[in-house]
Amino acid sequence: MRNNTAVEQSESRSEALPFETTENALYTPRVDIVENEDELTIFADLPGVTAQEVNVRFENGELVLHGRCAPRHPGVNYLLEEYGVGNFYRAFAVSEHVDSERIHAELKNGVLTLHLPKTAAVKPRKIAVKAH
Amino acid sequence: MAQTRWEPSLSREWNGFQNQMRRLFEGPWTGASAFPGLAVSYPPVNIWEDDNNVFAEAELPGMPLDKLEIYVNEGNLLSIQGERQAGDTQKGVWHRQERGFGKFTRTIKLPVTVDADKVEAKFENGVLFITLPKAELAKPKKINVKAE
Repeated sequence: MRNNTAVEQSESRSEALPFETTENALYTPRVDIVENEDELTIFADLPGVTAQEVNVRFENGELVLHGRCAPRHPGVNYLLEEYGVGNFYRAFAVSEHVDSERIHAELKNGVLTLHLPKTAAVKPRKIAVKAH
Repeated sequence: MAQTRWEPSLSREWNGFQNQMRRLFEGPWTGASAFPGLAVSYPPVNIWEDDNNVFAEAELPGMPLDKLEIYVNEGNLLSIQGERQAGDTQKGVWHRQERGFGKFTRTIKLPVTVDADKVEAKFENGVLFITLPKAELAKPKKINVKAE
């Protein structure tokens, strides 16, 4: 019985993965993470990825970023090849202070901007000081 | 005698893993990650050709087009220069800063002379793709062999 449960778990996990790991090369995109008063902003460089091919999932406190990008010129003999083209994958652990309902993102010119708004409880509040 | 290359069936899987590990530790990124914005040679460029054109492609995500300049000098020097500015988040705490910013210039000597007037460039999804038609002299000419 124990064996069956373990197999079921691994199968369901592989269904949850949105991609096959042997499809293309896999790259880790470079990111900048900035924290403001209202939100955390993540900028990720995803050149060559269109909005349909980006998959952002937030699950169990983990933000998973996946971008699919097929080689644009397959079968070419390069004179100079300094970079490869492939899928992007990066995962972040997100604290509970982020309001997961309001996470939104936009993709422009190959840069994905992820906005993670903070929950109201965590925002800094300025406290007024009354003078007597 | 024909030479055959033996490629084990697992090689594709291993190659994927090995490539990933290799890219973690090698390549232009290791130099760049120490000094963001001062990459060893930015942007990384891929170049290939066919009989009529030379193609160049570079990944420039987030590059505003008005800050990007492309030149072709002396018929075979391709020059890409520009400036990428940091995001407009002036206030805030940076938790991680990996993307490079600043001015860059890259000049590449092409293997053949190209016709500078006919060069076309397009920028899509952060990828710059340049088509450089070869000058007539540089195109390969087939030579017929007469049999006697």
